[in-house]
Amino acid sequence: MNPPVFVAGLGVVSAIGLDAAACLHSFETEEAGMADIKILHTRQRGKLPVAEVKLSNEALAELTGLSSGMPRTALLSALAAREALADAGIFNFKDLRAGFISANTVGGMDKTEDFFESFMMNAAAGKLRDVVYHECGSITEIVADHLGINHFISTVSTACSSSANAVFTGARMIRHGLLDLALVGGADALTRFTLNGFNTLMILDKSFCKPFDEHRQGLNLGEGAGYLVLVSEEIMNRLNKSAYCRIAGYSNANDAYHQTASSPGGTGSFLAMKNALENSGLVPGDIDYINLHGTGTNNNDIAEGTAIKLLFDPVYPKMSSTKSFTGHTLGASGGMEAVFSALAIRHGIIYPNLRFETPMKELPFTPVTKFLNHQRVKHVISNSFGFGGNCTSLVFSAS
Amino acid sequence: MQVYIRSSGNISPQHSLEKDLFFAHREMQDGNRWHAVEPEYSRYVDSKMIRRMSRIVRMGVAASKACLDEAEVRMPSGIVTGTAYGCLEDTGIFLRRMIDNQEELLTPTAFIQSTHNTVGAQIALLLKCHGYNNTIVHRGFSFENALMDAMLLLREGMDNVLAGAIDEITEDSHAILSRFGLYIPAIDNPEITAKTHKGSVAGEGASFFLLSSQEIHGARAILRGISTIYKPESLAGVESRIHAFLKESSVLSDGIGLVLSGANGDGDHDEIDNYLSATAFRNKTIVPFKQLCGEYPTASGFALWLAVLLISEQKTPDWLPNVSFPLRNILIHNHYDNNHHALYLISAC
Amino acid sequence: MDKLMGQLKRQIIERLNLKDLKPEDIGDDQPLFVEGLGLDSIDALELIVLLQQDYHIKLDKAEDGPKVFHSVRTMADYITKHSPAKKAS
Repeated sequence: MNPPVFVAGLGVVSAIGLDAAACLHSFETEEAGMADIKILHTRQRGKLPVAEVKLSNEALAELTGLSSGMPRTALLSALAAREALADAGIFNFKDLRAGFISANTVGGMDKTEDFFESFMMNAAAGKLRDVVYHECGSITEIVADHLGINHFISTVSTACSSSANAVFTGARMIRHGLLDLALVGGADALTRFTLNGFNTLMILDKSFCKPFDEHRQGLNLGEGAGYLVLVSEEIMNRLNKSAYCRIAGYSNANDAYHQTASSPGGTGSFLAMKNALENSGLVPGDIDYINLHGTGTNNNDIAEGTAIKLLFDPVYPKMSSTKSFTGHTLGASGGMEAVFSALAIRHGIIYPNLRFETPMKELPFTPVTKFLNHQRVKHVISNSFGFGGNCTSLVFSAS
Repeated sequence: MQVYIRSSGNISPQHSLEKDLFFAHREMQDGNRWHAVEPEYSRYVDSKMIRRMSRIVRMGVAASKACLDEAEVRMPSGIVTGTAYGCLEDTGIFLRRMIDNQEELLTPTAFIQSTHNTVGAQIALLLKCHGYNNTIVHRGFSFENALMDAMLLLREGMDNVLAGAIDEITEDSHAILSRFGLYIPAIDNPEITAKTHKGSVAGEGASFFLLSSQEIHGARAILRGISTIYKPESLAGVESRIHAFLKESSVLSDGIGLVLSGANGDGDHDEIDNYLSATAFRNKTIVPFKQLCGEYPTASGFALWLAVLLISEQKTPDWLPNVSFPLRNILIHNHYDNNHHALYLISAC
Repeated sequence: MDKLMGQLKRQIIERLNLKDLKPEDIGDDQPLFVEGLGLDSIDALELIVLLQQDYHIKLDKAEDGPKVFHSVRTMADYITKHSPAKKAS
């Protein structure tokens, strides 16, 4: 029997709110975070909608106490990480073996882009302070140093499953007795690099995305951060509050099909969900809600949907893609959706899958389209699938 | 916990992919950028698969293949990779085109290959390995944290886990890091630790290991433990952590036959190494491994490869004469910029 | 047409880094994808940009790719029909 791992606190920043309460409000009022680009400096402005966190770097710096010269990913990370710790009631790490396991995919790319404009004209030009935080690991260290965590720090980067992998890494370290507390999740800011990169793949919807709809046209990119405070049973008892839920299980599997495309049968997604259930000691019928990866691309939704059909047929749990609110926040999405999963259990709610109209002809099920209260939500599966066939499923259970 | 190292595969500025060549000859490169000695890749990867792979992906894939071949294992249960910088070449290609073309007429290949988990993903794709796949990108701890993840997988019951580290230098990264003063401007002697400089030499490479929790016939070494220290408060703090690490591993300091040190020739960087050679490592044989592979955040992968080679072969190349045998235990102490310290204890099987 | 197809073969080899191939190794009607030359969805995206850059033809939907890029001949046909220079004349 594995020792339990509890979710003691959580924090999230996204296009639909600067903290968990604000995000919940947007879910309830069904207000999506996508809009025309207002903050990112790019020639794609006016052409593509994105889900930006509606604060400048200066405003984020003020909220977090970091310098506004820091990469935007670090600013977002710090904001949500601080919320999570405060929510858990953790104000110092004295006598705690605390770890910070954070994920991102862009590192300080926003600053590197500025640097390269000058550097490409003249190799001696460009401000060095703009590339000093280029590495993904730098983002984690800026925030770890800011929070005062130094016992164990690590950064995960596996594209769009990155922060789900950070979540299970922390949970495993607690299970193995290596950490008492793990602050886990991830952050990613929008950058020109990722926006243009995804644009070359021709998978960006020029309107707001429609995950799991027959007429879906692709994804909208977003930005944000989401973190959970995971603790061992001993620490949970000491905190004098009730846990949101437990991390019941997890699994990572590889599709091993193509660098970017998912296999038509959803091999990796199926294995991740199936093994995560096994790891949790649950059967498909136990699951009350699936937080879908649900990007809205033709390829993802059919692969994920096929895998769900294979595993759950004929009785399907409620499901939705919260990316219809937050956009696809890449390295942050697994952490943010872990937060939403924990909140669904805590409040007995199911989030709507916005703009869904037409069922996919290949699938016998449809996502939830209205915000639902008073639901029985005991067990939730959260899916995060990334480039390189990287497929992760996390299972959260009421504690 | 201890694990067995069944095999290794390595590409570095030395001829490390082929043992005989490595023993026969030390590669001496000029300048402050030491290029990995790369093989004929078609020996390791189907040429159809290779066309999109940048140098770092090729190095990673070839080193992992060599590692699996040596153990005669076709399919690992899990794959964990560490890289500090990720796929810099493809990142640079896409970034430059994006700026040059003003965000118009861009193509996807460089972008999709720039993702940090590309090497781990391509290994899985070539092997059709559906198992666990993770990539750690934490600066000077990238390899250590990847190894730790692999060791947890073994503890959870997996039988063979492939763990590795890769980093590449590119024209751009070398130019930028040079401006930070990381590299010695003019080098007269590749023995970079023979005297003190300002800066070191840029290195690169790929190191892969097949780990197992069970003692398997032909296993090459035991990894007794690893430990990391982030931003230590003092030199003495590092020293006491080394003593604690050895104590936890139940190896007496006297039992350490060789220390592979991460000294890199930079005066400021090597302050801690000089301190340790007078304290914790006094009277020990110390070999600074970065004079073979150069400095980069996952250079400890090369050190582990070298340790496994020396301890499993029980012999040393003629050009590395100070090592004495029998050699039971090797301690690796690496650090990157005195911010990321790592300790490894490797024992003979 | 033959001239255009020859040119396309050279461009495909160069763009997609098919170093082991020579233009004469690619048949005019040989399928470029999967069972033929073994190209995939990413190559299709590269070819879309090739059309745009070198022939000023914009393919809006990635889904049209398989039809247009079926073979060198279908590509050449498409270019001939949609070339802006031709339309102008």
